[in-house]
Order: sequence, then C-alpha cells, then structure tokens
Amino acid sequence: MISRRWPYFLFAIWILALGSTPLWAGNYVVRLAITIAMFTGLTLSWNFIGGFTGYPSFSTAAFFGLGSYVGALAQRAGMPMVFAWALATLLVGLFAAALGGILLRLRGHYFAIGSIGVVEVVRLLIASWGSFTGGGDGLNVPFVAGGPDVVARIFLAAMVGIMVAVFATTVGVDRSRLGFGLRCIQQNEDAADMVGINTTIYKIAAYTLSALFCGTIGAAYASWTGYIDPNESFSILMTIKVPVMCLLGGSGTIFGPVIGAAAFTLLEEFFWANFLDYNRAILGAVIVVLIFFLPGGLLRMPYRGLGTRIGRPWVQPKAAA
Amino acid sequence: MAYLQILVNGVVLGALYTCLAVGFSLVWGVLNIINMLHGSLIILGGYLTFFAWHGFGIHPLVALPVVALVLFAIGYLTQLLLINRVVSEPVLTTLTLTFGLDLILYNFMTVYYTATPRRVTLDLGVVEIAGIVMPVDRLLAMTLALLLTGILYVVLRGSRIGRAIVAVRMDRDAAALMGIRVDRIYAITFGIGALMAGATGAVFAMMYPITTNLTTTFLGKAFVVCVIGGLGSVQGALVGGIVLGVVESLAGQMVGPQHALTVGFALMLLLLLVKPTGLTGIRGYE
Amino acid sequence: MSTPILKLDRVSKAFGGIHALRQISFALEEGQIVALIGPNGAGKTTLVNLITGVHRASGGRIAFRGTDVTRQRPFQAARRGLTRTFQIVQPFPRMSVLENVAAGALFGGGHAGMDEAMAAAREQLEFTGLSDLADRPASALTLAARKRLELAKSLAMKPHLLMLDEVNAGLNSSEIDGALALIRSIARRGITILVIEHVMKVIFSLADRVLVLHHGELIADGVPSDIAGQQRVIEAYLGQKFARRIARAETNG
Repeated sequence: MISRRWPYFLFAIWILALGSTPLWAGNYVVRLAITIAMFTGLTLSWNFIGGFTGYPSFSTAAFFGLGSYVGALAQRAGMPMVFAWALATLLVGLFAAALGGILLRLRGHYFAIGSIGVVEVVRLLIASWGSFTGGGDGLNVPFVAGGPDVVARIFLAAMVGIMVAVFATTVGVDRSRLGFGLRCIQQNEDAADMVGINTTIYKIAAYTLSALFCGTIGAAYASWTGYIDPNESFSILMTIKVPVMCLLGGSGTIFGPVIGAAAFTLLEEFFWANFLDYNRAILGAVIVVLIFFLPGGLLRMPYRGLGTRIGRPWVQPKAAA
Repeated sequence: MAYLQILVNGVVLGALYTCLAVGFSLVWGVLNIINMLHGSLIILGGYLTFFAWHGFGIHPLVALPVVALVLFAIGYLTQLLLINRVVSEPVLTTLTLTFGLDLILYNFMTVYYTATPRRVTLDLGVVEIAGIVMPVDRLLAMTLALLLTGILYVVLRGSRIGRAIVAVRMDRDAAALMGIRVDRIYAITFGIGALMAGATGAVFAMMYPITTNLTTTFLGKAFVVCVIGGLGSVQGALVGGIVLGVVESLAGQMVGPQHALTVGFALMLLLLLVKPTGLTGIRGYE
Repeated sequence: MSTPILKLDRVSKAFGGIHALRQISFALEEGQIVALIGPNGAGKTTLVNLITGVHRASGGRIAFRGTDVTRQRPFQAARRGLTRTFQIVQPFPRMSVLENVAAGALFGGGHAGMDEAMAAAREQLEFTGLSDLADRPASALTLAARKRLELAKSLAMKPHLLMLDEVNAGLNSSEIDGALALIRSIARRGITILVIEHVMKVIFSLADRVLVLHHGELIADGVPSDIAGQQRVIEAYLGQKFARRIARAETNG
C-alpha cells in the first residue's frame, strides 16, 4: 500500500536537491538549478488557467515580460529589490484581472490567438515607448552587491522560494471550491454555469493566478541578469515552451508541471550543450514525440499500452461507399 | 494626392497579405488546425525560388509553379502521415504539434541556408500612372498574388475536390456520410495551404530579401488577416488582407512604420473581442 | 391567493428576424406538476432557456417567487432554486457520478464545504437509485442512467422549481415508468415541476395542468382532458386536414 504522501516527499527531496546545489556543484549546475526553478514556477502558474480550467493561454511571456519591466523600472527608481518584486506581482495581477474580464469571453482557438496577441501588443508598446522603457536598447538593472557565488545563492533561494509558493497555491486551489469549480468549467462550461458556478469570476481568478507569480519571476529574473530587453522578456518561444512543459508532465495535475519543467529544461540543456546547431530541431522532435506518445503527459503514461498509442487518426465512418 | 499613393501602396501590400494568408485560413477553417508551419513554408518557397534562380538561372516566374507543386507534396505528406493523427484533438495539442514541426523545419533551413538574406534581383524599373508611383516588381507581385488567389477561388467553387473541401468545412460528419473521403480531403487541403504558402514565398522572393528571421512575422500577419477577414474562405482572406494592408500603410504614414505592426495587432485584438468571426462573418470553430 | 412561484408576463424572444416566442403569459402555483407540450420547433426549450437566463428575453417580465429574474444569468437561476435538465444530457464526463452530483450540491445547493456537499450528493444518489454507480465516470453511463444523473444533480441544487426537458426521450416503456415514479416522489417533496414532453402517457398520468405552445404562442392552458379535445391543439399536432377529419368523425358518431 503506497502512502498518498510519497509524491510530496519526493518533491521535498527535489527542493533540497535544487537548493543545495551551491554546496556540491559548480556555477553551471547552480545556474541550471535556478533555470529549472524558474520554469517550474512559470509552468505551475500556467497550470491554473491551462490545466485546471482548460483555456489554452499563451500569455505567459506577457506577464513575465511585464513583471520584468515593472521590477526593473522600480529598482532603477530606487526601490529595494524585494519590494520591486512585490510591486511587479501586484501590477501584473491587476493587469491580468482586467484583461481576463475581456479576453476570457473567447474560447478555444480564438482565446489562444488573443492571448498571443496580448504578448505581441505589450512587447511592441514597451519597445516603442523608448523614453520610459529604454525601447529596443533594453534596460540595465542595478546589480546586487556581492560576488557571483553570493548572487547565485540569493537568486537560487528566491526562485526556489517562488516555486514553493506557487506549488503551495496549487495544492490549496486543487483542494478548494475554486479548484473543483475550475475542473467543472474545463469539462463542460455550460453545465458548470447551469450548476451554479459563476464562470466569469472563476475564470478571471484562474487567469489572475496564472499571471501573479509570472510577474514575480519576471522581476526576479530582471534583478538576476541585470539587463532586460523587449525581445528576450517577451519571447514567443518561452510563451509556447511553458504550456509544452506542462503537457509533458501532465497538465491539470499538481506534480505534472514540476516533472515537466524539470524534464524539458534538462533535455533542452543537454541538446544545446551537445548538438548546438540542431538543438531546436531536436527540441521540435521531442515535442512531436510527446504529442504522439504521451498525450496525457509523463504522469498519465499508460505504461502497458506504450508502444501502441500513436494518437487518434480521424476515422472515416463506415458510410455507403 | 499623397493619400491616394498611400492607399494604392496599401492595396498592393494587401494583395500580398491575402495570398499569404489564404492558405493558412483554409487549413484553419477546414481542418480546425492552426498551422504554425505556415511562416516557414513561405520562406521555404522563397528559398527554393532563389536557389533555382541563383544556382540554375531559372526565372522565378518559371520556378513558381514547380515550387508550388513541391510545397504541395510536402504539405500533403505531412498532413497524411503526421497531422492527421491529431486532427480531432484540442487546439493546444495541434498547435503544439505544428509548432514542434516548425522548429524542425526552421532549424534545418537555418543550418542549410544560413540566415543571410537572399534576394532575387530583377531590375524591372518603376512605372508611373496618374501621379502614382509603383515599382514594377511590386505590381507584378500584386498581379501574381491576386491571380493565385483567384485561381484558388475558382478551383474551390468549380472543381469536385473544391466542392468537397467546402463541404468538409461546413460539416465534416455530414460530408463523410455523403461518401467524401475526409482524410484525403484533409491532406489535399493542407497541401493546398502549403502550396499557397510556397507560391507566396516565390512571389515575395522577387521583391524582398528572404531570410529565416521572417517566419514569425509572416505567421503573425496570417493570424491577423484571418481574424480581421474571417476564416476558411477566400473572400475572408481577401477582405482581411486588403484591410490590413491599407491600415498598415496609413498607420505607417501617421505614426511611423515601426508602429504599423502594433496597429495591426491591436486591430486584430479589437476584432477578436468585438466580432471574432471577422468582417465577412464566417464562423470559425471554437 | 399566494404569490405564484413562476410568473411570465408577455414574454417574447426574437432571434434576429425569427420570433421564437410571442407574448407568453402564464403563472405556475407552487406544488403543481405542469406539462409544456407542443410540436417540434414550438419554442419549448427556448422558453426554458429564457426562464433560466441562458438567453435574454426580448420583451416582457419573468418573476420567480416574487423576484424579477428577467435579466438573470444561469448560475444565478441555479442558486435561486430554479433548475432544469437538458434534452441532451450535460454531465461532467471525466468526473464520477458522485462528484457530478456534489457539484450541484456545492454550487447550486449552497452547501458549505466539500464534505457536506458529498454527503448531500450521496442522499440524492440514494433517492434516484444511482448509489451503485457512485464511483463510475459519468461518461460510462447508459442513457437512462445519465438522465437519472441529471435529475440527481438538479435535486442536489435544492430546487423550488424543477424544469425537465424531455427527460423521457430515448427511454423504453419500463424505463419511462421508473422515471414517472421518480418524478412523482420529487413532487411529493413539495417541488414544483414543469415537464416538457412528447410522450402522451407521461402527460396524462402526471400533469395537473397542460400548457400548449405552437409557433411560439401559448394556444391552450388547462387540465389534460380538456386540452386533448381542443381543436387548435389537434391542429397544431396533426395539421388542419386531420383535425377536420377527426372533428367530422366525432360529430358523425
């Protein structure tokens, strides 16, 4: 009889593993750990709107980017780092709540397109508002005092801390009325409406949750790297990678995003290090394989039927020829 | 008269946008798939045209039909073997799959062709009619774009395959029950989408430099045209394309060319919220 | 004379140029079982959609237990105790039967927490005879079972008025008998019921009162035995030619 708590234990061990890297590994591994923690946080965030609620959002880069710029500008204006992060979180949350009210009226494909459109529009607006945001030249962020080792430890702690916070929120939502309601919306939105769920409010809540921590992570990222520019902060590649990571691990589950983000990041790093020229193609191949063989993600892998499951082709009904 | 020039520029641009987007719109409307490969397919068409000209001295106008057929084959096979398996899946799955395939294609093109811009140089000069100045190659491009779009329209309306495609677009299950081989229609439609993309690339190569950096720009334009004009029909792509071309041309004049892109996307967002089915009102899938 | 539980006052609905409903007025008393009949396309489901807020009425007023609900949204209707089932059943496919009903209890029935909602859900499963299937996914149920699930879910929402939209469609004779018994026991709890039906057996054995809809208009309102003989009703269902034939046959003996 396996206790239902063992995944939490494993996760705790994983947190320790990531957090302890400065003690037993070099700079490269520590950087990798920070990146994994960062993407885990982003993926867990996306899970609220994409996994629980079933709305395929591609807005992650908009929230991340906005957070990075708010954080950077606040710090440049003299605000202490952690306060800047808090401000970024708040403003990104408000932005998402306001945007969600309008955007969430769309469904399916149209919602997906709208959510990408947001990324583009925000990016272009920031890029053209040069006087305030530095435009295409980017922004420098005041550096944190201390040598590279100290800095790495600080940001590792920060990213892992944020990751744990998002995870805790995920568990909380999963067990709550909100989580149940979101799952109902995901399975049948009209029925959810008829059963007494205020779908508009619930969806906006999910969308806002999906944005909040992205803002924090964006701001922390800006502080970590010391320099941001519109293309990097509002990267379309990132905004598509994050949902893929969630799909890889198992979207709509609690641990899926954690597994997916870790697996994807490690794979990506491996390919980049060993097959630099073709790393994108290999990434693409991984995605294709994922779609065909792991439609439910790693967490829902049908271990027995693994070889036979190659997607569901459209089947011509047996009509009169 | 300056505004007339801007308008004409906009229409010429718009014709190109129409041709660019019509294949994308068809695939989206009929298969219900957002084809992230579309931008890369356009560039592929452009590259093939360039290398036909550069390596073998073949004139782009001659190369165009060949390139179109090659791209059709690529599209047809891709759909039949790969994309067909996920046709009934939700948008996240299909979009991710085409995105993954696009990464592969993009990577191979970047490695093989490198990102240096390639341009077919046809010195055709400039023509002036009633005070409007127009480079001849642009005029040629516009004519070709409209011609291709027109041919597609005629094929869709007139031929059996075309009618079958429209039937599948309206009601897939009913079409299947009528004896239409839907999986073949899907493959053909995707092939046509790729064909139009390749042809657009060939046309484009005659006027502008081709580089892999343009793939996302083209894809973005295709999105915007579809949302503005409406999905799954040639008329929709035409309306959307011309509107986008004219809006961008005007915006470029009023707020500067770098903001023209933003205006296009903002217009798309506005329409999504107000009338997602686009100006021609043809309903896409949810 | 107490306030009617549901009162419609000259309610109309137009979809573009199509007038789906015209000037519908009636009042339902608490505790009644009322049948809403009419040929296909008469506007019965549209009427239910209007009452529950799925569509907005183009004109007129709807009052539920004295409150004006003309502009309410579906989730508000559910919370007020104005529930309906669907012609084409709408469960949450990947959730278990128990969870489906618990959703009704939690969100519509106003139970405080998950545990309470689950307990209430179990009660309703017991009542509708679905206890054995409690842990099955909703998508794995037969049609008859799914209809009962719809019913159980609606009951979990603590309705005052329950509208059943062709709950017997697709059921065989014995399944219909079972459904009838269930509906009667629901009525005994004091819940007012509006059934949309085509099956005459159900109407005649169940309803205290019948409303007849045709081309969006209310053409008859009375007890079942009266309605069946009315010229307009027969015309609506069978057309003028047959109606005249039947009338002639009756007068001729």
